[in-house]
Amino acid sequence: MDTAILVNLFYIASSILFIVGLKMLGSPDTARRGNLLSSSGMLLAVLITLLDQNIIDYRYIAGALIAGSIVGYFAATKVKMTSMPEMVAIFNGFGGIASLLVGSAEYVSGTFDNPAFLGAIFLTVLIGGLTFSGSIIAYGKLSEVISGKPYLYKGQQFVNGILLLAILLVGINMLFIQGFISSEETLILLIVLAFILGILFVIPIGGADMPVVIALLNSFSGLAACAAGFVILNNVLIVAGALVGASGLILTNIMCKAMNRSLANVLFSGFGAAPDATAESTQEQGEVKPISAEDAYLILEAASSVLIVPGYGMAVAQAQHAVRELGELLEDNGAEVKYAIHPVAGRMPGHMNVLLAEANVSYDVLVEPDDVNPVMETVDVCIVIGANDVVNPDAKDNEGSPIYGMPIIEVDNAKTVFVSKRSMASGFAGIQNPLFFKSNTRMLFGDAKETVSTLVSEFKG
Amino acid sequence: METQIILLIFVLVLSIFLGVELITKVPSTLHTPLMSGANAISGITLVGAILSSGSSEIVTIILGTAAVFFASINVVGGYLVTNRMLGMFKKK
Repeated sequence: MDTAILVNLFYIASSILFIVGLKMLGSPDTARRGNLLSSSGMLLAVLITLLDQNIIDYRYIAGALIAGSIVGYFAATKVKMTSMPEMVAIFNGFGGIASLLVGSAEYVSGTFDNPAFLGAIFLTVLIGGLTFSGSIIAYGKLSEVISGKPYLYKGQQFVNGILLLAILLVGINMLFIQGFISSEETLILLIVLAFILGILFVIPIGGADMPVVIALLNSFSGLAACAAGFVILNNVLIVAGALVGASGLILTNIMCKAMNRSLANVLFSGFGAAPDATAESTQEQGEVKPISAEDAYLILEAASSVLIVPGYGMAVAQAQHAVRELGELLEDNGAEVKYAIHPVAGRMPGHMNVLLAEANVSYDVLVEPDDVNPVMETVDVCIVIGANDVVNPDAKDNEGSPIYGMPIIEVDNAKTVFVSKRSMASGFAGIQNPLFFKSNTRMLFGDAKETVSTLVSEFKG
Repeated sequence: METQIILLIFVLVLSIFLGVELITKVPSTLHTPLMSGANAISGITLVGAILSSGSSEIVTIILGTAAVFFASINVVGGYLVTNRMLGMFKKK
């Protein structure tokens, strides 16, 4: 049989493995096997590609494959679970730059006069480049190498407009004119512009909006691979890239819905940086009522249903193990314990779920806001650990609030609310939270891990 | 050539719809592993990178080899880290 046909048959097989693998990732019971299936699809695609007759020299391929695998292996096995968002971001970036390089390699080696091919190369380099630089900035923000604050400057829209115009002109030259500047200059210019676009795209976005950006960059890395598939006319790249592109877009959409904001609003508004954001909600504040861990213990001991609401603060304090211990002690004490997780809590979609899974919390006690809000009145004690904006009652009560309309976990309807918080500083959105002043709220000031550990030792002692 | 591109666009459109159908019902508990697993799949560009670095032209080889390096970090790291995360999801 013709090798080309054989290769393509195997590509179909690996596409099937990707599809079934992704399907199985949809349920906790099958997810791990799904991931294995998807990785065997990848292995199959790579092995069969190595059989290609046009490959002249295998030395470089082997060297780069081995080196990359070693780096990937160590990165994946050494990373701490709390650093997972930046890990996902940087892997995304590597996927993007790889697509950019593939597009560039095809561009310098070929003499294409077909605008469709050149268009595909243009898109591959552009999307790959902005995925790379955007992911690097996201990595920097998440690991706090650069400030997580939204960065806005005057004339931002104007600069972005000029940049997009320049990219369009380079594209026209690349596809249709060819010769206004040389092909090498076109390529380099395009790469530079794509990098700048990625940087300007992520830098204005604040830390709390990172789940949206990560999901969107994830989608882009798929689309870049997809575009590369059109460059080399390869089915499996198109199928796999489109699957990833679609999944990233859906996640992006879910994250936006969870914040009641449009994608455009997340990308262009620099949330929390708006000067009038705090003006409205600073009114009607009462007194904050602190509580000691000892007193909190007495209330918890009498509680028969407890809801724990974790947020990014739990990740920062690395408090997930202490939280799990407290949950177990409460269960031993006869209370029903659930964990309510807001879709955008943390720095990436599902961030809290991963941390609690790491701490050995069973995934069937993790619930979503829609499940828990209707029965909130029956909850004796709600413990908010390092969450702020996702439990802010202003989202449903105060029309002037910048987060008005965002679906929240309505902890203020519980009989008693404990809020573990380092200080009275406001959340990442930079807005006040009236929850802290409600009559049924008690503040547990201090480091989340220490606070929870004290509660744990009260239970034991 | 044109028919081939049309066919590929056909594949693209169907794949996008398939992707949307596959992902829509994933519970939020699995969003992170889903993302990093999908991210590993986007390393499929490794296939293109291998084809480029097997060429006979030196510039193409350099670019292709660099692409193989980055894509294999993406693939190997992405799948391993997803596997590690999923290993922690347990039901009692």
